Amino acid sequence: MGYPHTPHERETVLLSKYFGDPEARTLDGWKKRGGYAALKQALGTPPGDIVNVVKASGLRGRGGAGFPTGVKWSFMKLDDGKPHYLCCNADESEPGTFKDREIMRWTPHALVEGCAIGSYAIGAETCYIYIRGEFTEPTLRVEKALEECYAAGILGKNAMGSGKTINIYVHRGAGAYICGEETALMNSIEGRRGNPRIKPPFPAVSGVFKSPTTINNVETLAAVPHILTNGADWYKQWMRPDNPKSTGTKLFSVCGNIQKPGNYEVAMGFPFKDFLYDLCGGPLPGRKFKAIIPGGISVPIQTVEEADASFMDYEGFVAQGTMLGSGGVIVIDDAQNLVKQIARAARFFAHESCAQCTQCREGTAWTTRILERIVAGEGTPEDLDTLLDIGENMTGKTICVLSDSCATPVSSGIKKFRADFEALIKKKKVHLVPAVA
Amino acid sequence: MSASDDPAYFRMHREAGDLRAPADASHGDHEHGPYTPVFTPGSARRKELDDVLSRYPTKMAALLPALWMVQHERGWVSDDGMAEVAQVLELTPAYVKGVVTFYTMYHQHPVGRHFIQVCTTSPCNVCGADNVVESFLKHTGCQELGQTSADGKYTVIEVECLGACGFATPIMINEDFVESVTPERVPEILSELE
Ligand SMILES: Cc1cc2nc3c(=O)[nH]c(=O)nc-3n(C[C@H](O)[C@H](O)[C@H](O)COP(=O)(O)O)c2cc1C
Ligand code: SF4
Ligand code: FES
Repeated sequence: MGYPHTPHERETVLLSKYFGDPEARTLDGWKKRGGYAALKQALGTPPGDIVNVVKASGLRGRGGAGFPTGVKWSFMKLDDGKPHYLCCNADESEPGTFKDREIMRWTPHALVEGCAIGSYAIGAETCYIYIRGEFTEPTLRVEKALEECYAAGILGKNAMGSGKTINIYVHRGAGAYICGEETALMNSIEGRRGNPRIKPPFPAVSGVFKSPTTINNVETLAAVPHILTNGADWYKQWMRPDNPKSTGTKLFSVCGNIQKPGNYEVAMGFPFKDFLYDLCGGPLPGRKFKAIIPGGISVPIQTVEEADASFMDYEGFVAQGTMLGSGGVIVIDDAQNLVKQIARAARFFAHESCAQCTQCREGTAWTTRILERIVAGEGTPEDLDTLLDIGENMTGKTICVLSDSCATPVSSGIKKFRADFEALIKKKKVHLVPAVA
Repeated sequence: MSASDDPAYFRMHREAGDLRAPADASHGDHEHGPYTPVFTPGSARRKELDDVLSRYPTKMAALLPALWMVQHERGWVSDDGMAEVAQVLELTPAYVKGVVTFYTMYHQHPVGRHFIQVCTTSPCNVCGADNVVESFLKHTGCQELGQTSADGKYTVIEVECLGACGFATPIMINEDFVESVTPERVPEILSELE
């Protein structure tokens, strides 16, 4: 549902069906709603078959990169004799994104069930749910759900009587956006600074505690029980007929200058224009949309024309100059100073850079300084070329893509909204030289 | 309004990482006062830590949880606190300090009884988050961001995205979220804190 609003008839509620329903938080309530039937079924199915169903469903990672989940799981070699780990990424810190928070607050058992099935499918006896430190309420909900599951024998040494061990633990973060990057997340679990690691080795070969590891987002794992219960074809009913690469439903978090911010769940391929105007109520009274960032602040900014022409799936957003990312839709209207907001975004990345890579450490800070100077009316015409040049040098050259993510809103902003930057630069204060008498 | 007319924009952006010790640190733990260990054998926290240790194949992995326990007990993580954690987990104090300084949520100085974090990242910023910060500074008597009020009651900082952007402006007071905060709601919110 369009939580916190009543659901819109054009939504497809699967993951968000019980948002706002406190009874769904309890084990009893969850079982009444069909919970843990999928896990029971999974524990009686060979792991390889589960991986195949997930592969066939077309489910792709909801954390940002959109990697096919079943394919990721198939990288885990079940007979290698090593301990395996599943890490659930609940660090949700991408500005504009607040969907995993609602999943954990309202349907913690959906996540626990997804984690348990995922663990079994990849041969892991241990799963860590890495929740950002600020999410105190979601953490309590998930911990309560885990407690209930251990008490009921759903988790532990003999999960649901299957003879399999499945342990799930919460690992609380402590304030660092970068810990959402999967290798930084593993370092943080190990008790280290959250610096991303150089790949290879990839996590499936050497991940947390040097063991084969799979990292999945909360929403990705929460979708798995539905797929198992209803089958791959059922999940694929939600897609554009001409785009089989994006399937299922997706939660979009909507924020910024819009009538009804909140979480909305729609079928992949939903028309973005209808979404913004029908479901989310369009712009605030007397205002107009100016720019849209549809996938969290790390993806390119769209003009209103691009947004109106987009379909809400991985390929649909790429076709209109941006990416689906995490599904965090940020709406900026004509009452805002767009350049100031881009400067604020750059400051975010400068603050969150882990500072290992020169291009990122220096580039994020330099970009921020230049942008803030422009906002203060001290910009020069060369600044825009300098920013684009720095952006190029920050892209594709670092250990992780935080560096690229900082360059993205800046470069796309300059390319698509150059006039806004130039207007601020033209307003530059002129130092008058007194005429010599 | 252009940003150059916007006074909030020029304010020092000070965030959790660079908090200063307040002039009067009498609330909470003394920076140089005697430190009471948190993980004494047989204590509840020691038991909790042992339980945490059983979840991981290495001792080091219990570092973040152990630091949280110290902060919950003492209000902040002092050098002595880090030394105790280092000893219990068989790490060096320097290593522990390296980790503590990476994460913004561990307080390396005592903070006000009510530690108030206001999100000002772009999605909240377009909804007026800067005005919420101004209002908190005004009504708490904190002179600037990161400083603790003279009575030791409040510390106000800006924080990056709290993951609740649809409820602009979200704030955190210690471990609690308050959503959809407007400058006008600030006095009422403060009046509910003792
Ligand atoms: C800087 C950075 C921050 C990230 N933050 C998150 C996050 O908060 N949550 C998340 O699920 N993925 C995040 N990711 C993506 C993860 O690295 C990873 O791709 C994802 O968790 C994999 O899960 P999925 O395949 O289910 O999407 C981030 C990536 C980068 C580079
Ligand atoms: S790109 Fe930035 S955040 Fe990523 S590893 Fe390098 S310095 Fe750290
Ligand atoms: S930007 Fe304020 S909570 Fe996300």
